[in-house]
Amino acid sequence: MVTVDIEKCVGCGECEDVCTFGAISIVDEKAVVDQDVCTRCGACAEACPEGAIEVKGEAGLSGQDRVLEDWKGVWVVAETRHGNFAPVTFELLGKGRELAKDLSTELTAVLMGKDIKAQAETLIVRGADRVLVVDNPALENLVDDVFARILARLARDEKPEIILAGATAMGRSFIPQVATLLETGLTADCTGLEISPDSRNLLQTRPAFGGNLMATIVCDTTRPQMATVRPHVLKALDPDPSRKGRVVDVELEKDLFNSRIKVLESVVEEVEGPGLTDAEIVITAGRGVENQKYIALLEGLAHCMEAGIGATRAVTDAGWLPGRAQIGQTGVTVSPKLYMGFGVSGAIQHLVGMQGADIIVAVNKDPDAPIFDIATYGIVGDVKEVLPLLYQRICQERGIEDA
Amino acid sequence: MNIVVCIKQVPDAASVKWDHEKGTLIRDGVQSVINPFDYNAIEAALSLKDQLGGKVTAVTMGPPQAQDAIREAMSMGVDAGVVVSDRAFAGADTLATTYTLSMAIKKLGTVDAVLCGKQAIDGDTAQVGPGLAVRLDIPCVTCIGEMEVIGGGKALRVKRMCEQGYDIIEVAFPVLLTVLASLNTPRVPSLKGKMRARKADIPLWSADDIGADKQKIGLVGSPTKVFSTHIPKFEARREMLQGSVEEQVEALIEKFKEAGII
Ligand SMILES: Cc1cc2nc3c(=O)[nH]c(=O)nc-3n(C[C@H](O)[C@H](O)[C@H](O)COP(=O)(O)OP(=O)(O)OC[C@H]3O[C@@H](n4cnc5c(N)ncnc54)[C@H](O)[C@@H]3O)c2cc1C
Ligand SMILES: Nc1ncnc2c1ncn2[C@@H]1O[C@H](COP(=O)(O)O)[C@@H](O)[C@H]1O
Repeated sequence: MVTVDIEKCVGCGECEDVCTFGAISIVDEKAVVDQDVCTRCGACAEACPEGAIEVKGEAGLSGQDRVLEDWKGVWVVAETRHGNFAPVTFELLGKGRELAKDLSTELTAVLMGKDIKAQAETLIVRGADRVLVVDNPALENLVDDVFARILARLARDEKPEIILAGATAMGRSFIPQVATLLETGLTADCTGLEISPDSRNLLQTRPAFGGNLMATIVCDTTRPQMATVRPHVLKALDPDPSRKGRVVDVELEKDLFNSRIKVLESVVEEVEGPGLTDAEIVITAGRGVENQKYIALLEGLAHCMEAGIGATRAVTDAGWLPGRAQIGQTGVTVSPKLYMGFGVSGAIQHLVGMQGADIIVAVNKDPDAPIFDIATYGIVGDVKEVLPLLYQRICQERGIEDA
Repeated sequence: MNIVVCIKQVPDAASVKWDHEKGTLIRDGVQSVINPFDYNAIEAALSLKDQLGGKVTAVTMGPPQAQDAIREAMSMGVDAGVVVSDRAFAGADTLATTYTLSMAIKKLGTVDAVLCGKQAIDGDTAQVGPGLAVRLDIPCVTCIGEMEVIGGGKALRVKRMCEQGYDIIEVAFPVLLTVLASLNTPRVPSLKGKMRARKADIPLWSADDIGADKQKIGLVGSPTKVFSTHIPKFEARREMLQGSVEEQVEALIEKFKEAGII
């Protein structure tokens, strides 16, 4: 909102003259703002010799800013967790390079965190031309409001045409806030991105209706075009230490770093192997695993294949595995290179969470189990027989002593 | 406590069928249900009310039939509800949705807590909660797995779940939370609740009722547009391995070697 301090206003009319939208008029020697017409561009506040005009809150984009051609460059939001990059960051940079090339523009990585600057070079090695670094103790943990405010601020200042982030807990938490602050479009959970040769718009493909439908989305009237992208679907580039790029330190005013939420602690849970959504291989327990003994064997197999452990709701409901292992409509979505389901029937609510996997292996004693419809390789058999055998053979192949 | 819970009516995944020839959704016989996560949001809202007193209002943007969703929420114990419904809202993406919901919530008065599901199973965006928080200018914590009232009812301590573990967060009211299924077990409707819900008068609010800017709602207010759709095909990949259990396992090992997995 643009407000006029009546005490300070002398009715000189400077603001009226600079307002391109005709939103200010002088009534009874005081400036009056028509909020409906005002775009909060801030020109009046700058022009006022008395300092009587203030633009409050998060200003929306002004009409002038919406000139699409003014927005240039591809941005990738780097995600770090306790100081390490999330794998999706490198995947985004790989895709970002492609998009930047198609648009003949630059690829920028935005790195926000605490004691993080030393990591900027890694982003260049992984494909960035430039890294914007906001290094501040306040950014130690994910304080969504602060991350959102800062990214929105940088975007307003620099006007990138595309902003990409990981469709992770972090990305899906604060990126929607950024898009709302910028009043632009955001496509969630994309699995494909390309530039339309005719319009130069970003074509963003994502699953809808739980993966039963793929929709391609465009954001053609506002900028930036924003998307969160699922981990594992894009290819990272090999690190190239000879790549050159610039690291830019961004200094921002202090009050941008005040958060309304307080993160008391951030706990990394000791899970065996990779986290479920990060894992390249996911091994899933269904009700057909029958009991804890075979869950333990599955965990052994997962350890041996460096896989994450998933579950159907039947299994988490039974308490055999924790709730966070649940894959599907009311759990997490995974898109690993390999998914293996043991004793999973293939209910639609489960399938929607894993059908993005490259290779799907299903083991089920019922030849008509629906999971076989989408399985790359199906084994009709009893988990109690197949699992021990497979475990033994994989350990052998990997040269691991089986336990 | 003025508590708002946002619920959405979604097609029941189990009843949705696909026309693979035409690449479209077969709409006949599709039942509408409350988005599964929103039951947990309702329960969270009711539990806040149980602890702190006040009123819980359910808000949904959708067609007039969404009144059914509100009735169901009321049968669980929600005090009142409103359907924000207008032809002009059709085609809303999350930006337009958060604007519309925020205008409706503002009409309800100042709020202390807004509860949303983690995501809606039809759109799957998980964007409405965080976006709505910005519209209402209140802090937001997503993906809550635990929640506890602290500070003599002035604040909450919540557990935010993420890939690598969780964060313990303190936040004062007013706040918007998006909730996971593991947060709680939704209560079952009571008989009394059902009776009350059946008789309840559930208002339909139009764009004018909530004072919405016509440029910011529905298709007009939505920067993202569907450009094209297709149905992904899965059938082609199907291959059943043959032979005894040993032979099938061996065949699988070979496939893994080919794919470079082992
Ligand atoms: C609103 C809603 C949301 C839901 N969300 C989810 C979700 O997010 N994720 C999810 O997973 N589910 C979800 N469900 C539940 C889902 O509908 C199924 O009930 C669930 O996925 C079934 O799990 P399952 O395959 O392990 O068990 P079952 O369906 O019981 O299947 C067990 C399978 O194991 C096979 N089997 C049994 N014994 C053996 C053996 N010894 N060897 C080999 N095979 C064997 C059987 O043939 C059977 O096919 C949801 C349901 C609803 C209504
Ligand atoms: N049309 C709507 N009306 C009311 N609440 C909604 C609507 N759409 C989304 N929500 C809320 O926002 C959450 C996330 O939805 P989404 O961002 O669409 O995945 C849902 O669980 C609801 O709590």
